Amino acid sequence: MVDASVIPVFDPAGPYAGSIATLSWILVAMAVAVLAIVLAALGVALFGSPRLKARVGGTKVIWIGGIAFPVIVLTVLLVYGLSLTRNLTAPVPADAMRVRITGEMWWWRVAYLDRDGRTTMLDANELHIPAGRPVVLELESNDVIHSFWVPRLSGKLDMIPGRRNILPIQADAPGVFGGQCAEYCGGPHALMGFVVIAHEPAGFAAMMAKRRSARALPAGEGAALFRSTGCAACHRIGGTAANGTAGPDLTHVGSRRSLGAGILPNNLGTMMGWIGDSQSIKPGNRMPPYKTLSANQLRELAVYLEAQK
Amino acid sequence: MQTIRVLLPLLLTIACKPPPDEMHHMPQASATRGLEAIKRAGCGTCHRIPGLRWPRGASGPSLDGFAEQGLIAGRLPNRPDTLASFVRDAPAILPGTTMPAMPLSEAESRDVAAYLYATRER
Repeated sequence: MVDASVIPVFDPAGPYAGSIATLSWILVAMAVAVLAIVLAALGVALFGSPRLKARVGGTKVIWIGGIAFPVIVLTVLLVYGLSLTRNLTAPVPADAMRVRITGEMWWWRVAYLDRDGRTTMLDANELHIPAGRPVVLELESNDVIHSFWVPRLSGKLDMIPGRRNILPIQADAPGVFGGQCAEYCGGPHALMGFVVIAHEPAGFAAMMAKRRSARALPAGEGAALFRSTGCAACHRIGGTAANGTAGPDLTHVGSRRSLGAGILPNNLGTMMGWIGDSQSIKPGNRMPPYKTLSANQLRELAVYLEAQK
Repeated sequence: MQTIRVLLPLLLTIACKPPPDEMHHMPQASATRGLEAIKRAGCGTCHRIPGLRWPRGASGPSLDGFAEQGLIAGRLPNRPDTLASFVRDAPAILPGTTMPAMPLSEAESRDVAAYLYATRER
C-alpha cells in the first residue's frame, strides 16, 4: 500500500544490495547455461544418431561432466561469491550510525543508538537514514525468528531471539525503500512490512534535531481519550505519561508514511479505521478492535495521533 | 388481465428510472485511475470494495454495488458530483458523518466515484 508495496529485488540502490544483485545475476546466467547443457544432452539421448550417442555416452563424459565440472564450477563460484559479498561481513566503520531493530509479532521496534550503544530515540516500523553512508543495524528478536529484508539496500538476515546479528545497509541516494519480514513468524507475517527513508545528510540531521527538540504536545479531547481508553498500557508517546512498551512507540506516528507496520497509507481515515477495527485489516495482530468508541471519539483520537510528528 | 394489472404499474416505475449509465455519467473520469487512488488513499481500511483484494476493512459499510444504492451514507442523493465531493471531504457536505476527509484531489475523487459506479457488473 505504501509507495514501496511491490519491492523490486533486482534493483539495488546501494553497495551492499549491489554485490548481492551481481551475484544473483551470475547465478541466474549459470543456471541458464547448465540447463541448456542438460537439455542438449537430453536431446542427444532422445533424438541423436547411434554414433553420436556412443560418443557422448561413455564413462569419461560422466567423470568430466558429472563430477569434475560441478566440483570446479561450484568451487570457483563459492570463492567468487564470498569475495564479491565480503563488504557485507567486513568490519563496519566505527563512526557509522547504529540502530537496533527488534522483531516483534508483527511489527518492528526501532531504537536509534549513540556510539556507546545507548538508546537516543525510539520509533517503530520506519527507519530514517542519511543517504550515501553505511548504517549498522543490530538485529534482535523479542519472540520468534523474524528476518529483516530491505531488498534494495542490503541482504536478508534473520532476527533470532537471544542473538544480535549485524547487518550494514546503505542507500546511495535519497528515496523510500520497502522492506518485508522474510521468515514466517505466524498469522499476519505477510503483513509485517517496513519502510526505510533515506534523506540528504543535511536534511537528515535537521529532521533528527527537530525530533529531539522539545515539542508542543497536542492537547484536547484526543489526549484525554488516549488516557481513558487505555492506549497508554501498550503505547508510549514521549513527553507524556503514556509509557507502554508492548506496542509500537507513537511519539512520531503522525510523521510516518505508513500504518500497521508498513502496510497502510497514513492519513486521518486510515488511522480511524485502524483504531476502530485493525483486526479486519491485519487479522491476528495484537491490537484489539475498539468498536466501543463513537465516530467522534475515533476522530478525536486519530487527530491527536496524527499531530504526533 | 390480472397479471397485466399487477405488472403494469411496476413496469411504469421501472421505465421512470433512467438507465444507470446516464444516471452515473462521469465525464473525463477513469475507473482504472480510481482504483489506484483508492489504494493510495487506503479506502479499504474501512470499506469492502469490489475488485480490491486487501484490505477489506469492516468498520465502514461495504461499497459493493454502489451504483444500485439510492443514497450516500443514507442521507445524500447518490449522484456523481455528490459522491465525488463526499469521498473527498465528507464532513463538508454531511456534517457529523463518521467518514473523514481523505487525501484525494478533485480529479481523483471523480475517478474514485467512477470506479464505485463501474463495479456493479463485477
